[in-house]
Amino acid sequence: MSNLMVEEKDVVVPGEILAQGMDFVPAQGCLRENDKIIASQLGLVNLSGRLIKVIQLSGRYIPKKGDVVIGKVVDIGFSGWRVDISWAFEANLSMKEASSDFIDKKTDLTQYYTYGDIIAAQITYIFGSKIIDLTMKGPGLRKLKGGRIISITPSKVPRVIGKQGSMISMIKEKTGCRIIVGQNGLVWIQGDDSEKMLLAVDTIYKIEEEAHLSGLTDRIKSFLEDRNGSSKKN
Amino acid sequence: MNNLDMREYIINLLEHGHRIDGRKLDELRKPIEIKVNVSKNAEGSSNVKIGSTEVMAGIKMTVGEPFADSPDQGVLMVGVELLPLSSPEFESGPPDEWATEMARVVDRGIRESKMIDMKKLCIREGELVWMIFLDLYTINDDGNLIDACALAAISALKTAVFPVLEKDKVKFGEFTKNKLPITKIPVTCTLSKIGPHFIVDATTKEEKVSDARISICLIENNNICAMQKGGGSGIEIDDLKKVFSIVKDKTKELRSLVTTAAK
Amino acid sequence: MAQAKKTERPDGRKLNETREMEAKVGIIKRADGSAMFRMGKTIAYAAVYGPRELFPGFMQNPEKGILRCNYDMMSFSVTERKRPGPSRRGVEISLVTKNALGPAVNLDQFANTVVDIFIIITQADAGTRCAGITAASMALADAGIPMKDLVSAVSVGKVNGRIALDLVKEEEDLDGTTDIPCAIMSRNNEITLLQLDGDISEAELIEAVELAKEGCHKIYEIQKEALKEKYKEIKNE
Repeated sequence: MSNLMVEEKDVVVPGEILAQGMDFVPAQGCLRENDKIIASQLGLVNLSGRLIKVIQLSGRYIPKKGDVVIGKVVDIGFSGWRVDISWAFEANLSMKEASSDFIDKKTDLTQYYTYGDIIAAQITYIFGSKIIDLTMKGPGLRKLKGGRIISITPSKVPRVIGKQGSMISMIKEKTGCRIIVGQNGLVWIQGDDSEKMLLAVDTIYKIEEEAHLSGLTDRIKSFLEDRNGSSKKN
Repeated sequence: MNNLDMREYIINLLEHGHRIDGRKLDELRKPIEIKVNVSKNAEGSSNVKIGSTEVMAGIKMTVGEPFADSPDQGVLMVGVELLPLSSPEFESGPPDEWATEMARVVDRGIRESKMIDMKKLCIREGELVWMIFLDLYTINDDGNLIDACALAAISALKTAVFPVLEKDKVKFGEFTKNKLPITKIPVTCTLSKIGPHFIVDATTKEEKVSDARISICLIENNNICAMQKGGGSGIEIDDLKKVFSIVKDKTKELRSLVTTAAK
Repeated sequence: MAQAKKTERPDGRKLNETREMEAKVGIIKRADGSAMFRMGKTIAYAAVYGPRELFPGFMQNPEKGILRCNYDMMSFSVTERKRPGPSRRGVEISLVTKNALGPAVNLDQFANTVVDIFIIITQADAGTRCAGITAASMALADAGIPMKDLVSAVSVGKVNGRIALDLVKEEEDLDGTTDIPCAIMSRNNEITLLQLDGDISEAELIEAVELAKEGCHKIYEIQKEALKEKYKEIKNE
């Protein structure tokens, strides 16, 4: 006989009992203690069939396999690059994973990426805290030229992206900017118009600030329309 | 991330007359909150928030021997602790050069303005005087700690009361209703220089790309009682003229906030 | 009549009553997690930074992250000024605090990193280490650190011959008081902080710890509420 003690989108604290009995399976952010499933993080309940998850609501970025992140090249070695992805340790981009081209051993690696370059990459492998491997092979993964980077709390990233990418699409459409949101909380924005870029930046910060309040989508829509409207008047 | 890009972006915005948070170059953050009597065991205390920068000040008083070169004056000691709690960049340990500079800059504004009538703190010349220990602690650093600390310091001093003194000994925990002998309210305003532009009340992001900063402390008649130039780059004499009118305005604004909060 | 006066607490509370409490989460924006906790006149602020890189390297644990704790008091938080700088008392409290929170956190995924906890007391009226632990526990949760439960802390003791909950300074200072700071993880009632100074029988001690357990459960509700408060409206979107 199983008992679910919480609902979808409930905010739970560490140690809170989410379910009793063996019917449910703890996934991310929770654990099983005998016949109980307990939240192991402050977060939002997410139910998916028999799986119970608790989605992290705040705190630093914790790298996960599969995450697309924005990083900065901070070092170049013999066979690859070291990339700062806003984690305690740098991630690794090997020559093999840097490009769909075949890179010869004797190549000057700076031809591909050099110190300070900003890249959109994906995490392919994690071991412990120190070993994080990246790849640049994949749709949308590339060196990012120009534009600017802002940093938001990683747990707000899902709100900035929105359901099926709806929020970020709306921002891109209304500002005409190219935007890539990294799971590590770094966001790259590039536009031809600096006013529009500023609007995109302000919008994303606004979402971060108000992520937990209701009616966010509508409010952001109005915000974008108002700002666009007033700049047309000027 | 990307300090050079950020600097370019900020300077670009400054050329158009605004900052990353939308403020004008000479605009202070809002809200600025000053609360006094926030710590009940202290003779005086305050909590100041400028935007999300937050600092606390507290005063403990005792009696003791005066310094040899000023036998008829009380003693004032100002300390600043940049708590590691308030920023990922502060480390545990004794005050570093940054904290020491801040303490001395705040001290200078109070001392040189003669905010406190130090002679009135004398109980018996050469033997016994009041000693004021003013300690400042940062709670959250989002830039402009100097101005926040200076504001917290004067707010705490203005509302501090003497503890009870009996037979030359302080009865700790017992307070009188007598305030400190305050004659003036010195107010500090710090401007940061980024490229050719001067901004008031810089946030952390702006401080990181600043070339220099200048803190100016004014008293009510707009005379300058203390000044400190910081940062690695130089400033020009014309710059001083530029900033002075801004400083006059801002210190007036801040002084009225203190007067309201410290009634 | 003199007897009745002796058993009254300085603030009129019952023996099993805690002082008025207040908790707020997320008050220090630059920290990864933060909280303020007030118990009567005692106020503690806590901030958490991490997981972050740990220097020097020899302190790193290759199997899991480590917890580091620093407790301090503002010089003016107490009646007689506390000189700035580390004190032996502060060092001890930092250690027992770390050990009170350690059993609750799970740093297995964070090898070689450190989670730093900073606690500062802005106003003191006894129970400062307990307020610090309570605040730090919320700050850890706010920082998204994996934890198996929150930690709640309160002092109990023997005052004027009676077992009482949440002592104030006036009670602590009385001759013959036994002071027992306690921290408990509420779900399984696991004790993670237990200290004692005074003179008390075994039976009295057990009675005291049971009372501490009740007190901690009440504090847990306050902590839970404060953590959820920050995200109250998310459900409606």
